[in-house]
Amino acid sequence: MVNFFEFMLGLLKEPALMVGLIAFIGLVAQKADASSVLKGTIKTVMGFLILGFGAGALVGALNNFAVVFTEAFGVSGVIPNNEAIVAIAQEAFGYEMALIMFFAFVVNIVLARVTPLKYIFLTGHHTMFMSMLVAVILSTADITGIALVALGSGIVGSLMVIMPAIGQKYTEKVMGTDQLAIGHFSTFSYLIAGYVGSKFGDTSKSTEHINVPKSLMFLRDTPVAIAVTMGVFFLLSSIFAGGEFVEGVSNGQNWVVFTFIQSLTFAGGVYIVLQGVKMLIAEIVPAFKGISDKLVPGAKPALDCPMVFPMAPNAVLIGFISSFAAGLVAMGIQGAFGWTIIVAGVVPHFFVGGASGVYGNATGGLRGAVLGAFTQGLCISFLPMLLLPVLGGLGLEATTFADFDFGVVGLLLGWMVL
Amino acid sequence: MKKILVVCGNGLGTSLMMEMAVKDVVKKISLDADVDHEDLSSASSSQADIWVAAKDVATQLQEMGKENIISLTNIFDKVAIEEQLTNILKG
Repeated sequence: MVNFFEFMLGLLKEPALMVGLIAFIGLVAQKADASSVLKGTIKTVMGFLILGFGAGALVGALNNFAVVFTEAFGVSGVIPNNEAIVAIAQEAFGYEMALIMFFAFVVNIVLARVTPLKYIFLTGHHTMFMSMLVAVILSTADITGIALVALGSGIVGSLMVIMPAIGQKYTEKVMGTDQLAIGHFSTFSYLIAGYVGSKFGDTSKSTEHINVPKSLMFLRDTPVAIAVTMGVFFLLSSIFAGGEFVEGVSNGQNWVVFTFIQSLTFAGGVYIVLQGVKMLIAEIVPAFKGISDKLVPGAKPALDCPMVFPMAPNAVLIGFISSFAAGLVAMGIQGAFGWTIIVAGVVPHFFVGGASGVYGNATGGLRGAVLGAFTQGLCISFLPMLLLPVLGGLGLEATTFADFDFGVVGLLLGWMVL
Repeated sequence: MKKILVVCGNGLGTSLMMEMAVKDVVKKISLDADVDHEDLSSASSSQADIWVAAKDVATQLQEMGKENIISLTNIFDKVAIEEQLTNILKG
């Protein structure tokens, strides 16, 4: 009997099985048939395991990039990428993350039921990333066990209703309805863009009245976008570091070939992680929604940021370019001061900068989109830099959490508990 | 049975949300369909009878040569999904 108990405990200590259990509970609570329960649970467990494969693939390339970058510019370079940092962190904090995530869903449903904040946060990967961030910081502060899960899920679950509520004033303006909310932990980006747009914008000229070349839309293809940016920044680093140095790192492989293969390896690794995250949340999120539909009458879904893209497609591209420009300016400033450089990524600037452009346009037209996206672009370039010290050992990796809210929550929590 | 693929940039958030809405509609009109979601990158080599995407991604699906695309301005708009879906099914 004792052996059986230990066996069960051992099973649940395995984070992959823990997330499988979450999916299992969700599916059973939804009264899914046996084959769906089996299929869903297996896919969720595999999704978690795939995160580890992706991490294995991207870490080598990431470390090579970090070595070459430091040699080239004399400061360290960090790539803000949620998928990469979560995949790396799952090995040490996967179990804590899974527990926090599960109870955060419960806290979200309870809060939506009993408070006026009727939001159900459906962006499962962001719940997962936020759970990981909180798990890392609490663990670094030596908070463990029940305290970690209670505190962590309380924080994440509360954020799942508070953040959509904070954004709602501007989201309503963008979407033209109060029935949808933004459920994406870049809320502060959208707030700033909306605010800057309303103060300094000019609604008489909308982004949608001008012609914008659509050719940049290929950047929606995430692996391609990551490969292209990584390729450009890695090549620049390799040129400054010198071919001889790079060939020392590559064990003799031609430095240009090495540069491109490593860039594509990183992008491929992120792609694997994306597939893992997709499988991990694909069963859990619908179960969460199904259960919340029954328990929370009048719930408002809080959705992922591309929800706003169809409202102003031009603003997405303008916001992206403006935000990315801010990222490049920030890199210059960081380099000049000898700080850690946050490498401007196309993916965060495309999704968050693009959505910020839509918010800026809604409150302040073309000028609002440009200024709003630029302002938040500066913020999301400096916040990850400030966040690194509170992440403990994980802050030494060459990648980190990307979005605005992760920076704010991480810093506040870090200052409170560390 | 119809294969319906819902697509977004990363295949993580938006497409999963749209998939839930599409599944509700499929159930409502009792269509025999297999609904799944994926990212834009994978979609180029995937096969489906019907595609669903937000307006901006739908344009890109069209450029890939996909047919029978449901294009949405509001990703959670079940009325629009049902309307476009029944139109496609009528042929």
